Amino acid sequence: MTNVLYDVPGPKARRLSRIISVVGLVVIALGLAAVILALAAPRVTASGTELPGMFDPSRWDILADRAVWRGIADGLWNTLAMAGVAAVGALLLGVLVSFARTARAAWIRYPMVVVLEFLRGMPVLLMMLFILLIFSTGNYWAGVIALALYNGAIIGEALRAGIAALPRGQREAGLAIGLGHVRTRLSIEFPQAFRQMLPIIIAQLVVLLKDTSLAYVIGYPELLRTTTVYMTNYYGSRYLFTLFFVAFAIYLTMNLLLSWLARVIARRVQQGRIPPGSSRISRRAEKRIAKQRADDAFAKAQSDQSLQAGGPI
Amino acid sequence: MDAVIDNLPTFLRGFGITLALLGIAGVGALVIGTLVAAMRISPVGSLRGFATVYTEVLRNTPLTLVLFFCAFILPYLGVRIDFFILAAIGLTAYTSPFVAEAVRSGVNGVPVGQAEAARSIGLGFGQTLGLVVMPQAIRMVVPPLINVLIALTKNTSVAGAFFVKELFASAQDVINIRGDQVFAILIAVAIFYLIVTITLGRIAAVVEKRVAVLR
Repeated sequence: MTNVLYDVPGPKARRLSRIISVVGLVVIALGLAAVILALAAPRVTASGTELPGMFDPSRWDILADRAVWRGIADGLWNTLAMAGVAAVGALLLGVLVSFARTARAAWIRYPMVVVLEFLRGMPVLLMMLFILLIFSTGNYWAGVIALALYNGAIIGEALRAGIAALPRGQREAGLAIGLGHVRTRLSIEFPQAFRQMLPIIIAQLVVLLKDTSLAYVIGYPELLRTTTVYMTNYYGSRYLFTLFFVAFAIYLTMNLLLSWLARVIARRVQQGRIPPGSSRISRRAEKRIAKQRADDAFAKAQSDQSLQAGGPI
Repeated sequence: MDAVIDNLPTFLRGFGITLALLGIAGVGALVIGTLVAAMRISPVGSLRGFATVYTEVLRNTPLTLVLFFCAFILPYLGVRIDFFILAAIGLTAYTSPFVAEAVRSGVNGVPVGQAEAARSIGLGFGQTLGLVVMPQAIRMVVPPLINVLIALTKNTSVAGAFFVKELFASAQDVINIRGDQVFAILIAVAIFYLIVTITLGRIAAVVEKRVAVLR
């Protein structure tokens, strides 16, 4: 798509593009350098004492300490424990929701619509506080339940959309060979919908992993609270920036890995549809185009999904 | 129930600040997100790279971390701004990559033939994008953008944990005074949020239907 918007650049356009590119690079580099210099500069506090810059070794020496990493690992473990249990809950709930939402009985289907609207329209944070205060579950379960409910609602809608997008013939064939409505749904429609929607579901699990950090607010010792509150209190506030940076790097790595996984799977799902060698372009170009197309389709599906699910975030 | 009625002014004040955050961060994110999307489909390599990194990094950082950075790290680094503005900056930064992705996928959603036709009658990059692709893309982009705004509405609640007295924070305040009526208070706050999110959702549905008719 992108390359249709402009010609294959000739020598003049290429030079211009290269000049703009270099200028852009210089501007970006200057901006980064300014930020880094500002961070590195020593600071004078209101009381007149001078603090070392953010890259001063005295701010980073704790990273050589084993106990620090053990503390960070504890926080990370707490985050993963919440995300893991909530993810399993959300998947189970999602399956249930997708069945209830497409049930033939109206008295199941319509109340479900209202419940889903309610769950998706409310901030997860408010849900966590609600569960924490009303059911006095403790902050771990409050976080797990709220995340499972919210993401379950969204995964359920994704699965429903996946089922709705299947060709009618699939269902009819299932019924025609004598399977009941439930069996058709379970063994014919659902597996296909699940495979089709797997990238979206994984993308939603990234959201879930990100949202575990909301439990910071209700006092759960997840990664952010462990590093920036507990450990900063213990080791001293001059390490705040360092510890925050570590938490940030860990979150970013985990989420980028999961997002990458979602994209790879999306490519697989998409590539299953375009038989290779069906066009006249070279294999490599074909691969590249297929990859590009799958990525675009995934981005599109994600924003379409957010459309039905009331927000991607 | 009387706890809600007695403290209605507190809730309304919080609701006002929530709406203010929504407005400021919404407009900011729309502007920045569109710019980033334009950079991401531009022919200039360095801008494309910058936009990609910007989108990927911010999209994969939890909102709590972004707001923590604005509320604690920036003041720690010597920035002296009101917490409301800091929170608005954080929400803008966090929301902009989602806007960028929605806009980009809208542009990608315009059939290639449209761009090819525009190119073949001799329009340049700017003209193709501005006169042919964008007007069509915007229609497709509006519903997902409204959904980004819905998510933003819900996300403003996180600012309540970082010294901004919006709806969520005012709920916590009222709960501290009237611990006996937690249920009614939380339901009332949920309804405030639902008023905004469900209204926006309906608008998105209507717009989507209109667009479907046009195609």
